Amino acid sequence: MAAASIAVPHPQSPPYAHYRGKIGMWCLIIAESSIFLIFVVAYLYYAGKSLSGPTPAQVLDVPIFNSICLFSSSLTIVLAERALHSGNIKRFGLCWFLTIALGVIFLVGTGREWYHLIYDDGLTIKTNLFGTTFYSLVGLHAFHVTVGIIGLTIILLLTLAGTVRQEHSYRVSVFSMYWHFVDVVWVVVLSVVYFIAR
Amino acid sequence: MAEAQPIVPPLIVSPEREASRPFVQTLHGWIVTVDHKRLGVMYFSYGILFLVVGGIEAMIMRAQLAVANNHLVSPETFNQMFTMHGTTMIFFAAMPIVFGFGNYCVPIMIGARDMAFPRLNAFGFWMSALGGIILYFSFIGGFGLYGAGSAPDVGWFAYAPLTSRAFSVGHSTDYWIVGLLVSGFGSIATGLNILTTALCMRCPGMKLNRLPLMVWMNVVTSFLVLVAVSPLTAAQIMLLIDRYLGGHFFDTQAGGSAVIWMHFFWVFGHPEVYILVLPAFGILSEVIPVFSRKPIFGYNAMVGATIAIGFISLTVWAHHMFTVGMTSYANAFFVASTSAIAVPTGIKIFNWVGTMWGGKIRFKTPMLFCLAAVAQMLIAGLTGIMLSAAPFNWQLSGSYFVVAHFHYVIVGVIVFGTFAGIYYWFPKVTGRMLSDTLGKWHFWLFLIGFHLTFDFMHIPGLLGMPRRIYTYDASRGWEGWNIIVSIGAACQAIAVLILVINVIWSLYKGREAGNDPWDAWTLEWATTSPPPAYNFAELPEVRSRRPLWDLKHPEDPDWKYE
Repeated sequence: MAAASIAVPHPQSPPYAHYRGKIGMWCLIIAESSIFLIFVVAYLYYAGKSLSGPTPAQVLDVPIFNSICLFSSSLTIVLAERALHSGNIKRFGLCWFLTIALGVIFLVGTGREWYHLIYDDGLTIKTNLFGTTFYSLVGLHAFHVTVGIIGLTIILLLTLAGTVRQEHSYRVSVFSMYWHFVDVVWVVVLSVVYFIAR
Repeated sequence: MAEAQPIVPPLIVSPEREASRPFVQTLHGWIVTVDHKRLGVMYFSYGILFLVVGGIEAMIMRAQLAVANNHLVSPETFNQMFTMHGTTMIFFAAMPIVFGFGNYCVPIMIGARDMAFPRLNAFGFWMSALGGIILYFSFIGGFGLYGAGSAPDVGWFAYAPLTSRAFSVGHSTDYWIVGLLVSGFGSIATGLNILTTALCMRCPGMKLNRLPLMVWMNVVTSFLVLVAVSPLTAAQIMLLIDRYLGGHFFDTQAGGSAVIWMHFFWVFGHPEVYILVLPAFGILSEVIPVFSRKPIFGYNAMVGATIAIGFISLTVWAHHMFTVGMTSYANAFFVASTSAIAVPTGIKIFNWVGTMWGGKIRFKTPMLFCLAAVAQMLIAGLTGIMLSAAPFNWQLSGSYFVVAHFHYVIVGVIVFGTFAGIYYWFPKVTGRMLSDTLGKWHFWLFLIGFHLTFDFMHIPGLLGMPRRIYTYDASRGWEGWNIIVSIGAACQAIAVLILVINVIWSLYKGREAGNDPWDAWTLEWATTSPPPAYNFAELPEVRSRRPLWDLKHPEDPDWKYE
């Protein structure tokens, strides 16, 4: 075994450096999941413990259309990723725009639901424990959707400006992980708020 | 051997010391930096600054408690002091120090040029810095009941309903919430960064089972930061909703629960202990082998024990809450899990002793601190097992016995480990050695002060002295013990002063360290002291856990045996 030195001159990056985007996003998702977990625990713990009305059963309707929109946005973002991966920028832009549109529809739907709850049913964050936990949990999720839409819009603007190219597909797919995460959280929030703790 | 190439850490020639530049330029350079070494030093200095501030708060408390019926400070000030002391020491002294070591050591020990996300790293630091400034701004900005300027006075775990609007008038509690929230975002960012760095930025050949133990401990710590600091963030958001939007999370009048705040806080609070202690274990695991001239004993067991501690630490939080009145099943569970965590910790102690066993121990300052830390970890662990037994805990929860126990961990292990780390890596960071003579003065004085304070603090606890009391009656028989405790605290303060003098003196007059003053084995000693901004001119390639041993002993390299 010769002890000769074989030095690679100026290697570009360490062998696993390529994965850091996705690993970093997974870390963020772990941290965010813990935040949501605490809010979900609080929601379940306080379910049915409100001292006054209204109760979830009286005022909540399952937001079917909203949820379908948000879940389909995960599909459109996958289509967008594939389009970018194969270099079809136009199709990418279109699918990306659809994703944003579906996200915005979800937010508008949430806004309408809240308007209805506040003005017709008189449920605010102050009303009772249900109001406090409901608006916090759903609001936290809606906040994440909003952040996601801002990020998506920035990428869309960059696409329209012509700076997003095929070689950026890895970065775009890192961002889309966040969007998928927001969708998965909605699966949990939807089941907890509208089905389990009704 | 499967691999044909031996490792070649690039030993580059020593660069000139940075030429002196105008102060404004230097300052600008530090403020805009994204270099992991500079951020590490900034994290560390920031932590030490707050360690001194928190220490002054502790000294005020010890002066107040030294004798019975004392009225040196007002009861209101005393409440602010213990709140600010606890909050400062955990969030703005210990966390930045831990992240300082993580920032400096993790990339350079795995042969990387920087963190995975250098700009996020700077973001994390400045968020933490902002959090500390927000907390301390409360002294002038947080008007409360007691006139102008009011620091938070709700205790570092801020139990509900004391934090509600009705009982925490003014904004002092809000400064506490927002300061911790902001620094929590910084912690999550840095935890994410360190974890990603350790997984993705490893140099060729640096497999996971060759990572230095310091890096392994930082990996587990960072994972704990992600899963444990986030619940605190969530709880702080809930508290803000309660205080500003009229929510009822912790409002017992509206059916809310004060106990759930305790759960949410301690779900963060107990893993936090391990977030802080694991990097100290990492320092011990680096220093002890180098100063015993032996490779670490039981590397795999050490890694396994670290991961086990990481997971078990997430299941023990309610041992802070035995006196709340949980079901007997919950009590039994938390007694069992808390006792269980002693097992991996014990494995670590055996491994350190096994490393020293038969070694050629060099009693330099870093090693002295490590030896003390191992012994004190044992004692802290034993009182921990005592407190994990629910019936014993019912008797002593909220007493000075508990205070003594957790200070034994935090000061006896984390601070001692930190000091060991300072003496060990100071030559690498600055290029100059710390004075060993002053170091030994620091060590012995701090050791004596530590034992005077925290050994004797157990006794008034056993005699029934509750924590957080402002003063006590002479007839309780606590006075003598408290004087000893306060004298010990003064010894520790003087010892820290010696450290500060040593650091300042050595920065200018210290002996030139050279690249590898300790004859150590990990990659940071392969580059110059201080390292250049890019760390390694060429990425090193490693074949064993002790790459520098392989380099220095080509006739008998480690990779033949691993």
